[in-house]
Amino acid sequence: MDLRFGDSKPTDDERRAVDAVLGPPESAWEGADDRSAEDLRWARGGREARERRDLLLPGLHALNDRVGWISEGGLDYLCRRLTVPPAEAYGVATFYAMFAVRPRPAQVLHVCTDLTCAARGSAAVTAGLEAEGVAFEPSPCLGLCERAPAALLVRAGVERDEGQAHDPAPPGPGSSLLGALGGQAPTAARPLNSAVPGGTTRGGGPTRLARVIAPATVGALAGVARNPEAAEAEAPAVMAVPQAGHAARPVRPGGRVVPTLPQTPSGGTPTALRDDCPQPHALQLLRRVGVVDPGSVDDYRAHGGYAALRRAFALGPAGVIREVTESGLVGRGGAAFPTGRKWQATASQPDAPHYVVCNADESEPGTFKDRVVMEGDPYALVEAMTVAGYAVGAHRGYLYIRGEYPRAYERLTHAIDEARARGLLGDDILGSGFAFDIEMRRGAGAYICGEETALFNSIEGYRGEPRSKPPFPVEKGLFGKPTAANNVETLVNVLPILTQGAEAFRATETKLFCVSGNVDRPGVYELPFGATLDELLDLAGRPDTLRAVLLGGAAGGFVRPDELDIPLTFEGTRAAGTTLGSGVVLVLDESVDLPRILLRIAEFFRDESCGQCVPCRVGTVRQEEALHRIKDRTGEAAAGDIALLREVGQALRDASICGLGQTAWNAVESAIDRLGVYK
Amino acid sequence: MTTVPLAPPRRLLEFTLDDTPVRVPEGATILDACRAAGKDVPTLCHGDTLTPKNACRVCVVEVEGARTLAPACSRLAEPGMVVRTDTERTRHSRKVVLELLASSVDLSTTPRAAEWIKGYGAEPDRFGPEARRLGEEPRVDNDLYVRDYDKCILCYKCVDACGDQWQNSFAISVTGRGFDARIAVEHDGPLTESACVYCGNCIEVCPTGALSFKREFDMRADGSWDEEAQTETTTVCAYCGVGCNLTLHVQDNEIVKVTSPHDNPVTHGNLCIKGRFGFQHVQNRV
Repeated sequence: MDLRFGDSKPTDDERRAVDAVLGPPESAWEGADDRSAEDLRWARGGREARERRDLLLPGLHALNDRVGWISEGGLDYLCRRLTVPPAEAYGVATFYAMFAVRPRPAQVLHVCTDLTCAARGSAAVTAGLEAEGVAFEPSPCLGLCERAPAALLVRAGVERDEGQAHDPAPPGPGSSLLGALGGQAPTAARPLNSAVPGGTTRGGGPTRLARVIAPATVGALAGVARNPEAAEAEAPAVMAVPQAGHAARPVRPGGRVVPTLPQTPSGGTPTALRDDCPQPHALQLLRRVGVVDPGSVDDYRAHGGYAALRRAFALGPAGVIREVTESGLVGRGGAAFPTGRKWQATASQPDAPHYVVCNADESEPGTFKDRVVMEGDPYALVEAMTVAGYAVGAHRGYLYIRGEYPRAYERLTHAIDEARARGLLGDDILGSGFAFDIEMRRGAGAYICGEETALFNSIEGYRGEPRSKPPFPVEKGLFGKPTAANNVETLVNVLPILTQGAEAFRATETKLFCVSGNVDRPGVYELPFGATLDELLDLAGRPDTLRAVLLGGAAGGFVRPDELDIPLTFEGTRAAGTTLGSGVVLVLDESVDLPRILLRIAEFFRDESCGQCVPCRVGTVRQEEALHRIKDRTGEAAAGDIALLREVGQALRDASICGLGQTAWNAVESAIDRLGVYK
Repeated sequence: MTTVPLAPPRRLLEFTLDDTPVRVPEGATILDACRAAGKDVPTLCHGDTLTPKNACRVCVVEVEGARTLAPACSRLAEPGMVVRTDTERTRHSRKVVLELLASSVDLSTTPRAAEWIKGYGAEPDRFGPEARRLGEEPRVDNDLYVRDYDKCILCYKCVDACGDQWQNSFAISVTGRGFDARIAVEHDGPLTESACVYCGNCIEVCPTGALSFKREFDMRADGSWDEEAQTETTTVCAYCGVGCNLTLHVQDNEIVKVTSPHDNPVTHGNLCIKGRFGFQHVQNRV
């Protein structure tokens, strides 16, 4: 390598931000200002520094959180510290929507203008903000669809006690502003040279204030923009679960019997009774949300936590994989690949080490189920990742969470820290001799990073571009090593598999759905497989004039009001020519302007395409252009452009590298063919 | 004569290519098999000296049992595979990809592009006059070479050649994303303020002429570039003892550019700044 780092110098603030992640530089070779006599004799860096490249993303976050943008001096200093070529780091920094490489105000208000928020009046909010003179940035889906329209305020460079910044035992995440607001107890301090580098908690308190405002009104946003500290506390996670806190009721109003789940012996006091919501069965994946204290591992254990891990240790890795395979669990990220087979394939690879990756980069417009699970029951995910690590022979797991989820990030950071302090992560978990630890990585605004190989690149400090498959992650995944990548919902399913056994699980298997749009009770619903769309809409309160349901999100497809008897299973939706995808159920009534929704979908894909392959990079642009041309047209006037859309769409589907391009035409096609939108 | 070092023997595997059984060495790609069988599969981002990024997708083929098409340039042949290179699906994707490319960038200096566009019946104009294009001005910030992004198809070859595949200078990278993605140096500044060492290996691999010698760029601009009238002579670089091969492109008795043979086992087409650009002393006319 022949690297040139430029002459720009970091400011003191930027240097501190980077040093908080990487520790102070040990020599001039590593970016220290003064060259010591020893530096002249010994060269440092090289491979050792380059192997820390996965700290590039946390480093960029540190700069962005501290200053609000990433300057030349700050970027060059970070590059020098990590021996990363500045051109590459610049390419990475410009890849993510949440980073800026030009000066911008420390405070940015992101207002969601995506599908659900658009259906719930985000246009009025943005217009109001413009009238009020409040600066904002339109944002893709923030994953707060049950409280649409939503906004996220981020302010960089939050004041903190400078004395503490150099304190060898900095305050942990639980004592942060956000944690305190979320009602979390202060957590034990983590030593500076912690086993897990790169957490943004290292070496100093938070430098960023992130505040969720949902539902967002012009008045509330203007107030928060002027005084972020005075923002109202966010609604608890359980408010997103209309079914929470109900006793089991075997028959749903309407008469048809929905398969009943056995009542789980969870105990505890429900915190959010929602009497307006009928409850057909007991919850399995959501049962602890709103019941357990998300900040307390003791409370988690009191509610059945860590029983699954004990069972896993009793079964042994092969036993766990056998149980998961027999359960028939398939991935909930949209591809529906059998989890047991994935784990088996990873476990049997001779190459070492193995990794577990939790894909918590839930960015599909209309999806928020993983956020609710992470906010309401964070230890479940920590436990499930530990089980996965044990099964596939991994000693390190990476939890990649989208950057737009401040509360979930705080809660999981806290949960991981507490689990580590209690010996539930670390060198000898529960005295079993099994070593496992979890590193958190915060995404920075890129839908494509939910694609597993793009996610690996993102963690490794490269641009979040997908890789070609084969080779598949089970063979060559994170850092080129065998990796089992699962999303949050898939992983938490492993807990009931182990506690109930595969057979019992098969009988009661459930799926989470994110219901949003024009319904009475938007939120996350948990239903047994086999329930129909009709039954789900009964629970959520259907609109009077149903126009269409977008199933599976922007990458999914539309369903007509007369098709609601589709069973919500992977096979059932496939047979009906649509997909469950990520579990999005976006309900649209007659008031919604469909061509505009399609334009938003096209705009989303054009915006989120990584740009690596030609069909997706240019095809998504051409798709959006054609939809613009026909937005007010029908019949003959639209026929030519619809034919063009079909041709481009087919090439997108056939020739794109990854799922983003391959699915970018799905929703539009289904709107044309099933809804007859331009007829 | 170029010496070709012998590779260790590799096992052969058999698969079906367009209904004909073919045998290729293990580790060969579908494209290798196609070329060995005399099939003309179009490629843009594939380079003979680089690991392909398979980003352009013009070489897609149909692999039986796969949901999507596969890039021939990087998909390894597997025993028993059934591959079709010239089906309606592959022709459709290639046609649309060529249309998408030609409607967004200038392919006028891309070898064979016009031929493929005609052959696949691509009509880049059908996206209308309003179709978004890069439409950027060439960046001329030094006397050695020009970056004309309006011709760039983002094949990643220059990035790979500058990075860990050859030069290890890492002076350029892809920045931004989606349609706004561009090749750029750090902080998107001028080349002269970057880590560039002017080896020109990126020009050597550029498939479209987006990167070109300043001399060639100027001559094309004033209409005096005449490839037909040029002669190519391969000789040995006299600057140091390595003995790199230089191919001098001469027009009207003047060296207009220098390339290097890709099949040379020492340089694989790569040179340094002196070999690539330091030829003025041969023809110093003040």
